Amino acid sequence: MLKKIVPVAATLAAVLSFSTTASAQQTLAQVKERGSLNCQVGLPTPGFYGLAADGTWSGMDVDVCRAVAAAIFDDPDKVQYQSVTSAVRFTSLANGESDMLSRTTTWTAVRDTQLGLEFAGVNFYDGQGFLVPRDSGITSAKELDGATVCVLSGTTTELNLADYFRSNEMEFTPVTNENVNVLVETYLGGGCDAYTNDKSGLAARRSAFPSPDDHVILPETISKEPLGPVVRHGDAQWGDLVRWVLYGQIEAEELGVSSENVDEMLASDNPGIKRLLGVEGNIGEGLGVSPDFMVRVLKHVGNYGEVYERNVGENTPIGIPRAGSLNAQWTDGGILYAMPFR
Amino acid sequence: MAITESTSVRTSKPTSSFINNETVRSVFYQILTLACVLGLGWYLVSNTIENMSTRGMSAGFDFLDASAGFGISFTLIPYREGDSYFRVFQVGIANTLLVAAIGIVFATLIGLFVGLARMSSNWLIRTIARWYVEVLRNTPLLLQIIAWYFGVFTLLPRPRDSLGWGEMFFLNNRGFYFPAPVAGDGFGVTLAAFALALAGAAGLIWWARKRQEATGKHFPAISVGIAAVIALPLLVFLVSGRPLDWEIPALQGFNFRGGVNVPPSLAALILALSIYTSCFIAEIVRSGIQSVSHGQTEAARALGVKPSWTMRLIILPQALRVIIPPLISQYLNLTKNSSLAIAIGFPDLVSVWMNTSLNQSGRAIPIVAMTMAFYCIVSLTVSFAMNRYNQRILLKER
Repeated sequence: MLKKIVPVAATLAAVLSFSTTASAQQTLAQVKERGSLNCQVGLPTPGFYGLAADGTWSGMDVDVCRAVAAAIFDDPDKVQYQSVTSAVRFTSLANGESDMLSRTTTWTAVRDTQLGLEFAGVNFYDGQGFLVPRDSGITSAKELDGATVCVLSGTTTELNLADYFRSNEMEFTPVTNENVNVLVETYLGGGCDAYTNDKSGLAARRSAFPSPDDHVILPETISKEPLGPVVRHGDAQWGDLVRWVLYGQIEAEELGVSSENVDEMLASDNPGIKRLLGVEGNIGEGLGVSPDFMVRVLKHVGNYGEVYERNVGENTPIGIPRAGSLNAQWTDGGILYAMPFR
Repeated sequence: MAITESTSVRTSKPTSSFINNETVRSVFYQILTLACVLGLGWYLVSNTIENMSTRGMSAGFDFLDASAGFGISFTLIPYREGDSYFRVFQVGIANTLLVAAIGIVFATLIGLFVGLARMSSNWLIRTIARWYVEVLRNTPLLLQIIAWYFGVFTLLPRPRDSLGWGEMFFLNNRGFYFPAPVAGDGFGVTLAAFALALAGAAGLIWWARKRQEATGKHFPAISVGIAAVIALPLLVFLVSGRPLDWEIPALQGFNFRGGVNVPPSLAALILALSIYTSCFIAEIVRSGIQSVSHGQTEAARALGVKPSWTMRLIILPQALRVIIPPLISQYLNLTKNSSLAIAIGFPDLVSVWMNTSLNQSGRAIPIVAMTMAFYCIVSLTVSFAMNRYNQRILLKER
């Protein structure tokens, strides 16, 4: 009997002495020590987290990861990408499997307050819409009464969909799945009358359809979807870094600093540009990175406008016009507004 | 288990010292073990709670009353988008149990058929049954579910081009639609007659067995019972003026409305689960029947027992002793495998509760605990019921 007890007691002692309570303020230190940033993105979707044939990632949300990596390491490629479904993203991040989540994630009160997570800003203002086959003849979401709608499970989209149909006293049958590829296949096979997602997501998906012109995005926008990067709650320094890298890119566009002219701009007399590029002030120091972190970000990744046009702008297959949209700078009638860099 | 085994009934010699007393020692070690187990459990729970609170994650069951706010594509029990999370849990349970119940019935029927076919004297039937079992048993279930869903059901025509039979049954890529019975006034009388006939048949079978045990005279109670269960309610139904309407599905707008709809995900799931499990059941049936020595049949014949009775009274009771225990495992497997529904989006418990609700509410620990408790309770209940049945048909050793 004693022979059985000893190993049990030894195991117990080993377990009890093991503490899992990690100190909160160390994400940046861990990333630096590891030598790379662990960043969660979604299942490959053109424009936001697209995966090329050679295995490289690109897109709006991927560029957030690249910018943070550039700020820390002066190398945007020091990122380990983790492709996760919408259903597991929050648990995975909260458990510490990654350092940040950049996956077209909508900023909501519940997510911000109850999941142990923190939103670090907004890199794309979006709204939910519907995609329908052109030959269905549907021209408005109000005509969707009784329709079968494909929707990703565990998303705000799923909740907005139910709210929209309820408030308009219409009926619908959801076809849900956690895997966007399964949903798109179901939609293309006629398994549902409409596919609903953020409009940018619809445009991105449609660009990869065999015949994109056979599908139309209905004009209605049924929700506010501010999409942005997410970090774990409790590590203010790390959250600040992600937030100010994003603001820095927006501020750079406003000040006219881009990847092409950043070297010349180092000699600029504009105090705003001097502070942004670390020539004056010590903003980078407070964030735990070098003072010229924005120079690195702008050189390797570019300002917000460059990132937008490269990934989802009008000259890309996704083609989401920026002028006049919410994603234009506040000086151009949009709501993109970086907090002052001072 | 080790704890109960170590409880010895032997009494040690009164002369040995207290420390060497076997009973005292075993009690001491049991208390020690129990304390260790409880301590470990307490440590795990408190550690989880502490870690969750440091990460700002909410635990607790208070969210069960909150409105869920998402739609569910297939619900057996009524559900609206504004209903609570607890209602979602119930919807998930109902859907899982539905899949398990239908799957078990189909798997048993197909398995029985294939199992008998494998022992057929006809070479073609025997070979087809063998290939059926070998191919389907040796491919992953998840693959089969996805194959049925994408390879069959999503390739069906769209609602406007539905396959229809007699303007009542329709098949399209949104599901299989058939008329739903709607009970009219006075249908309760028919149901009462059915219940009465069922009770009467049970009484008849009990009486016939008692009489046969006492006098040896046989009475065809099962045939008479089945006839009564069918005839009496039918008679009452016709006399009371057929108080039953059928709601016929009709194309209206995008989809068919009215009637009963079996969505593609449910059909694919039940088919895949039934067919996969039926392979194992077929082998169990075959092994059970082959385990009964041919000498038993010969002995029955020598005693002049009718061939139809030989199967029912001699072969089957002995075969069932071999069949029932592994069959229980297969039923439990099917129930647990139904959680693969998530791959094709059928809203079973895992899909609607452990995926959607967990993600919407963020309460991982309570939700996972509730899901595990459900599967555990179902498995233990099924296992208990089948074990009781197994005990009844066990070889009575006198």
